[in-house]
Parts: sequence; structure tokens; C-alpha cells
Amino acid sequence: MVTADAVWEALAEIPDPEIPTISLVDLGVIKDVAVEDGSVRIEFTPTFLGCPALEVMRDAMAAKVRELGAEPEVRVVLDDSWSTDKITPAGREKLRASGFAPPAPRSAGAPALVQLDTSAFRCPYCSSTNTRLENIFGPTPCRSLRYCQDCRQPFEQFKTI
Amino acid sequence: MSERAPRLIEIADDELILGWRDSEWTGIAPSLEEDVAFSSIAQNEIGHARALYELAAADLGTTADELAFDREPSEYRSAPLVEQRRMDWAHTIARHYLYETADEIRLAALKESDDAEVAGLAAKMDREEQYHRLHARMWADRLRDEPRFREALDELWPFALGVLPPEQRATLAERVDLTETQAVERNGPSDELRALLEEMTIVRRSVPGAAW
Repeated sequence: MVTADAVWEALAEIPDPEIPTISLVDLGVIKDVAVEDGSVRIEFTPTFLGCPALEVMRDAMAAKVRELGAEPEVRVVLDDSWSTDKITPAGREKLRASGFAPPAPRSAGAPALVQLDTSAFRCPYCSSTNTRLENIFGPTPCRSLRYCQDCRQPFEQFKTI
Repeated sequence: MSERAPRLIEIADDELILGWRDSEWTGIAPSLEEDVAFSSIAQNEIGHARALYELAAADLGTTADELAFDREPSEYRSAPLVEQRRMDWAHTIARHYLYETADEIRLAALKESDDAEVAGLAAKMDREEQYHRLHARMWADRLRDEPRFREALDELWPFALGVLPPEQRATLAERVDLTETQAVERNGPSDELRALLEEMTIVRRSVPGAAW
């Protein structure tokens, strides 16, 4: 008989399709796991609504549950319950180690350009805060582009949402 | 018929069509930064359309894809503002600035909805849109004194008013500092929308039921 803990462990093995160093559990997108009579219901929140990896993640979760011998039901929750504050401390460290600056904590107000332009963002390569915003947008919806003026390395910043 | 579905579809149509228009800059924007920005914004808008269509589709017993791609042109409810195709940068930034400002007002109202699903989705969309607004305002500030930009704003202003229901229009006028005038309302598909739909649905029509 499959347990919720076993499901969480299995889900922790699924890499994010676009940033494979971090797992779906690290990313904090799995909101709930409920096990009942051999079926497993997973509630899952997208990071960004336009994330093209959504279906890949959903299929990967369903496949993991089937491997455990249970019938999956993956429900995508379209509400505001995920934010970058849900990324686990381990997840943030994995991001940093692979060259992505983790998101800044979410503040009460909306982000302002002046904040994004400040040097509060640390280079994941040399730890300098002498970095500047290159582009609010990046290769995926969840990332911005920054440049480190000390080690002259461009890097990707996980957007705070 | 669900009461909320027509309104959800109307907003989804705006986001889908504008997302398509934004994506037309992919590869040919004036700078690499803007190429990336408009492609990413397009992806977000189409993601919002998908989520809104999904909510409506659950009420109507259909699917998001069927709502997005299988309706007749006359069934689309998009605002004339998003249907226009000009491929001119001043015009694109003027539309971006006006639309994002209008969308902020629309989302603020939806976030207060008694319908928890609508309010929750609006809150999520709004967080992503904060970055679109930063981008739009940065460009609007940069082009503020450019005659071509001012002309584009004046030309698009009646269309921008048509994005919002009448009770939200005064707020938009105040935010963008323009005088409220006769709005261009949602009124059936323009020729530009017909051409867009022809292109957007060609694969789906040529291979019905294809899986990807």
C-alpha cells in the first residue's frame, strides 16, 4: 500500500524540465498529496501560467505514481498559492550552485524598476553585489538576465513573484 | 450557460490575440533584449489565455483548445486594440503601455470577485503582469517626448478604452493622463483578426485531432 511519504520521496526525484538541478519538491510547486484506496491525488501549482514545461511535469508526476503501483490524479491549481518564497532552502542552494541567482524574498509591494536596478542581487559565481539588470525577461518566463561587473559574467536571476 | 464564462472568454481572447501579436516581434525586434522581452511577454499572455479558457471550458463542457482554436471568427470577443497589426515600434509600445495599464485595472477588480476561482487566478496573473508593467512603463518613459509615440497614443486611446467595461474607463483615463472619449467597443472580428485566425489555426485545421 503506497503512502503519502513514499509519493513525496518519488516526486523529489523529478527534475524541473527547464532547470534540471532542482526538483519539483525543491521548487515548492507540489501543494498537496492525498492517498486514498490505491489512488493518489496530487495538487500542483504552476510557477508561471505560460510555463511550457507544465504538461511535462504533470506527465512525469503521473508516471512516478504509476511506478508505485497507484492510480494518479494530478490536479493543476490555478490560484495564487505558489510564490518564489515556496522554493526550499535546499532548492535555493542548488540554484546558486548551478549559476542561477535565487529569487529575492517577496516583499509586500509590487517590484519596482529601481529595486531591480539596485545592487542587492548577488552574482552566483563570485558573490559580488556589483551586478546590474540587463533584461527583466530571459530565456524562460521565470528568469531575468543580469551582469556581474566584477567578474564580468552574465547570469540568470530567478524572478521574484 | 455559465454566467462567468462569457467574461472569462472575452479576457482570454484579448490575451491570446495580444500574445500572438507580441510574438510577431520574435526575431525582428529592434534589439536582442526586446526580442527576448516580447517573446517572453507573449508566452505569459498566452499562458493567461489558456488558464482563463480552462476555467470557462470546465463550465461549458469543452476544452481550452477548442475555445482558443475552433470557434468561428464571429464568436471571438477580443478588443479591437489587440487585433491591430502595424509592426511599428512606437505603435507597439503605445499599445503595450495602454493595454497593460488597462489590464491592471481589470485584474484589480477581478481579484475582488466573490468567485474564489476567478479571484485566485486573477491574483496569480497579476503577479506575472507586474513585470510587463515595469517593462511598458520603462519604454513609455523613454519615448514620452517622441512625436511618433505621442501620435500612436492618441490614435490608440479610443481603442484602449474599449478594453475595459464602461465603469472602469475613468480610472484608465486618470492613470494614463488622457481625456475620456468615445470608446471603440468590441464589435465583431476585424479583417486583421480574420487573417490572424486563419494563420493561427492552419495546423489544427489541416490535421484535426493531431497530438503533439
